[in-house]
Amino acid sequence: MSEDTRTPLLEFRDINTHYGAVHILKDVNLAIYPGELVCLLGGNASGKSTTLKTLLGMVTPTTGDVVLDGEVVTNQPTSYRVERGITMVPENRRLFKRLSVKENLELGAYLRKDKDGMASDMERIFEMFPRVKERLNQKSGTLSGGEQQMVAMGRALMSRPRVLLMDEPSMGLAPALVQTNFELIQQIHADGVAIFMVEQNANMALSIADRGWVLQTGRVVLDDTADALLVHPELRASYLGDAGGH
Amino acid sequence: MTAATQPNEYVADEPTILPGKAPLDQDWADVAKWGAIGASTMIFVVLSGMLTGLDSRLVIERVFSLGYLAVVWVPLTLGFLVAREEVLEGMASHAKGANEVVSGGIVGALSGAGLSLLILLMDSFDLRDPLVNWSDKTLGLLQFSEDSFFGIVMWAVIGLLLGAIGAGLHLLTPDMRRLVKIMVVTVLFVSVFETFLTDLFKGFGLVFITDFLYAARGGLTIISTIVLAIVAGLVAFFGKGRVKQAQTRINAGAVEGGGRTKANIAMFVIGGLLLVILPIFTGKITNELLANVGIFLLLALGLNIVVGLAGILDLGYVAFFAAGSYTTAILTSPNSPGWSPELPWWVALIVTIGVAALAGLLIGAPVIRMRGDYLAIVTLGFGEIIRLLFLSDWLSPWFGGAQGITNIPPADFGFFEVKGTDPRSVFYLVLALSAIAIYVSWRLERSRMGRAWMAIREDESVAEAMGINTVNVKLMAFVVGAVLASFAGAVFSAKVGSVFPSSFLILVSIIILVVVIVGGMGNIPGVIVGAVVLIGVLGGPKQPGLLQEFSEYKLLIYGALLIFMMLTKPEGLVPNARRTRELHQDEFLQDAWLRKQVDEDEEASEAELGDGPTAGAPA
Ligand SMILES: Nc1ncnc2c1ncn2[C@@H]1O[C@H](COP(=O)(O)OP(=O)(O)OP(=O)(O)O)[C@@H](O)[C@H]1O
Ligand SMILES: [Mg+2]
Repeated sequence: MSEDTRTPLLEFRDINTHYGAVHILKDVNLAIYPGELVCLLGGNASGKSTTLKTLLGMVTPTTGDVVLDGEVVTNQPTSYRVERGITMVPENRRLFKRLSVKENLELGAYLRKDKDGMASDMERIFEMFPRVKERLNQKSGTLSGGEQQMVAMGRALMSRPRVLLMDEPSMGLAPALVQTNFELIQQIHADGVAIFMVEQNANMALSIADRGWVLQTGRVVLDDTADALLVHPELRASYLGDAGGH
Repeated sequence: MTAATQPNEYVADEPTILPGKAPLDQDWADVAKWGAIGASTMIFVVLSGMLTGLDSRLVIERVFSLGYLAVVWVPLTLGFLVAREEVLEGMASHAKGANEVVSGGIVGALSGAGLSLLILLMDSFDLRDPLVNWSDKTLGLLQFSEDSFFGIVMWAVIGLLLGAIGAGLHLLTPDMRRLVKIMVVTVLFVSVFETFLTDLFKGFGLVFITDFLYAARGGLTIISTIVLAIVAGLVAFFGKGRVKQAQTRINAGAVEGGGRTKANIAMFVIGGLLLVILPIFTGKITNELLANVGIFLLLALGLNIVVGLAGILDLGYVAFFAAGSYTTAILTSPNSPGWSPELPWWVALIVTIGVAALAGLLIGAPVIRMRGDYLAIVTLGFGEIIRLLFLSDWLSPWFGGAQGITNIPPADFGFFEVKGTDPRSVFYLVLALSAIAIYVSWRLERSRMGRAWMAIREDESVAEAMGINTVNVKLMAFVVGAVLASFAGAVFSAKVGSVFPSSFLILVSIIILVVVIVGGMGNIPGVIVGAVVLIGVLGGPKQPGLLQEFSEYKLLIYGALLIFMMLTKPEGLVPNARRTRELHQDEFLQDAWLRKQVDEDEEASEAELGDGPTAGAPA
């Protein structure tokens, strides 16, 4: 959003991404400012996960630049970006299944060297998710889906990110847990972490977000404040299931 | 973790025992299935040549040979298996009786009938052409040197009896069953390991014991068998209480956690001391075995890092063993075809480590970007390419082609010379290197690098997302694996005195992999047990093991063992104790919670359970 005069924390400048010859992201421009909560909406295969992977450097764009805090990081590896404050909670959580919860959390802090800071962050995570503390030595693959979501968020927070990328955090959770999950996301956000969230649950995502984008076959078709998107007629028709009458 | 987490106190409810079933109330399909399995196994064992091949090796003088043992374990085991009843907690079980004996007997008789059928067929048809063991000798042994009718009847009867005995074991009390088991296992153990025990007892000056035990032509005498069984039975009977006590103590220590680490360290120290002292007394045969176990242990520890920790299925691991062996050979032998600096062994070792690390980088770099199956296939190719390069005419000015490199001198440390004709010295060298390798593996497993390896093993892309530089970390696994393999290679050269391309067949890779898998992937004690059991007892690709008689069937047994382990115990012989315990503790906690024994977080948990499934969709 051009009226913002701060430097964006994370930025896409005319990004194009291909898988082989297939054009996935088309001239995408995004900007996330410090402390914001933004969400990316879009249908299946519209390129949402690809956007996150490109931001984190797991996929290299064909043209355009990824800018982190004013620095062009397009050709920097993932580890470089993680070290500078980006982390992702991947789609489907993807814990290290045969490792314990504790080992999963420690791996989240893989690049950190400050033992004391890590310990206090872990305490902070236990406060947020008391369940995680109880299950510390359990193999993470045997946790319930809801517990896995908590560990996945905890693991990401262990790197003390400035911006947290979340790929469909409420996928596969019971409705009650979805609610809790969004509350937790707000809590993390309240701690000053910028959040970039990909969600199918557009209604809920927009109700907590500051801004949002809508991606359609790799192109950004809508870019507005969350409040404006919530009442956008086209969006309501296609994503928010207006027939249901919210 | 509260006071309720005392797994030892947990006692399942006694199962209800129903009266036994009627003798003929059988699950006939099951009986027929086991009978067919038994019959085909016995026919397979006979036609694979074990009966004839192992006949000269006696278990009990004049009565019973290893050949027959290879056959008759089948009806006994199957009789035991068919009569087994799996009792789940809370379900009723039946009293054991005639019903079980009948099913065991029938299964045994059906199995034995397999051999009766074989006698009939061998008598009537000549299939010697595809089946080498379709011979008169086999037939003679099958008929016990009588006519075919005698043989046919005998096998059905033997099967019947053994099957019934196997099933009858279930009628004994658990204590009795244990006693019988110990007696039989002791007799078999002492008999089968005759060469090893003779060698061992000679070293300790206890020849009179082996003189008493074994007959002049090998095998136990009838008297010694009886004495042995009685002694084993007595020891088992009176020793029982003490074993239980020790076990409780160990388990109690295990729960403490800290005590366990101490116990582990103590065990390592005692084990290490024993290993230093033992070879002084043992003879050549035993020391040779121990030396081979050590060489393969080094290899297996290296592969364990690559496969077990980092999850990279490297099927061409032998390449690094070859690189290590050849480097040491070239650097130390006066006969190296291209260039022979004739360095002392330990200098060569240092260079070898460097070369191996480089080889790890060079082979690793191209394959590391692949994943899963593709990587496995490519490493398989690389393993063969390296061997073919050593074999090639093109490089023979340096590596000697098929002639290899000979005349490799012993490793001379001034005060101590390591050479193949003195297996004890090889063993000490390999022991020292293994100690280093174990320590390094142990430290690495707990390091940041080890964590990263495990993360990559679990999920490579997520590991990358955590900021792990997956390419570098995987390369490091290759390099560490290569260096450990080069230790083995350097010792191998000095021990054997010559290296040939034919020493580095793919089979070596496969066998090392089996050692790692059977022992327990990613688990150091498991790998040690795997190396001792497989290499020590069965033997390496070209190295004989304790069961020299079985050399011919080594690969068969390896294969069978691998399949068996994958089906029944995929976590290996020595599963990761720490994880298992934690899991069980957790299960226990859940059980306790269900029975309302843990009350602190009860309310919280209940609240959560309460609103989960019932709450409607948020709007
Ligand atoms: N590694 C890959 N190689 C080739 N094509 C890929 C790869 N990953 C994704 N794609 C394709 O790129 C397109 C966008 O995928 P992406 O995962 O970004 O979709 P998405 O918007 O996250 O969808 P969903 O909501 O279903 O998760 C899809 O058509 C997908 O098939
Ligand atoms: Mg997606």
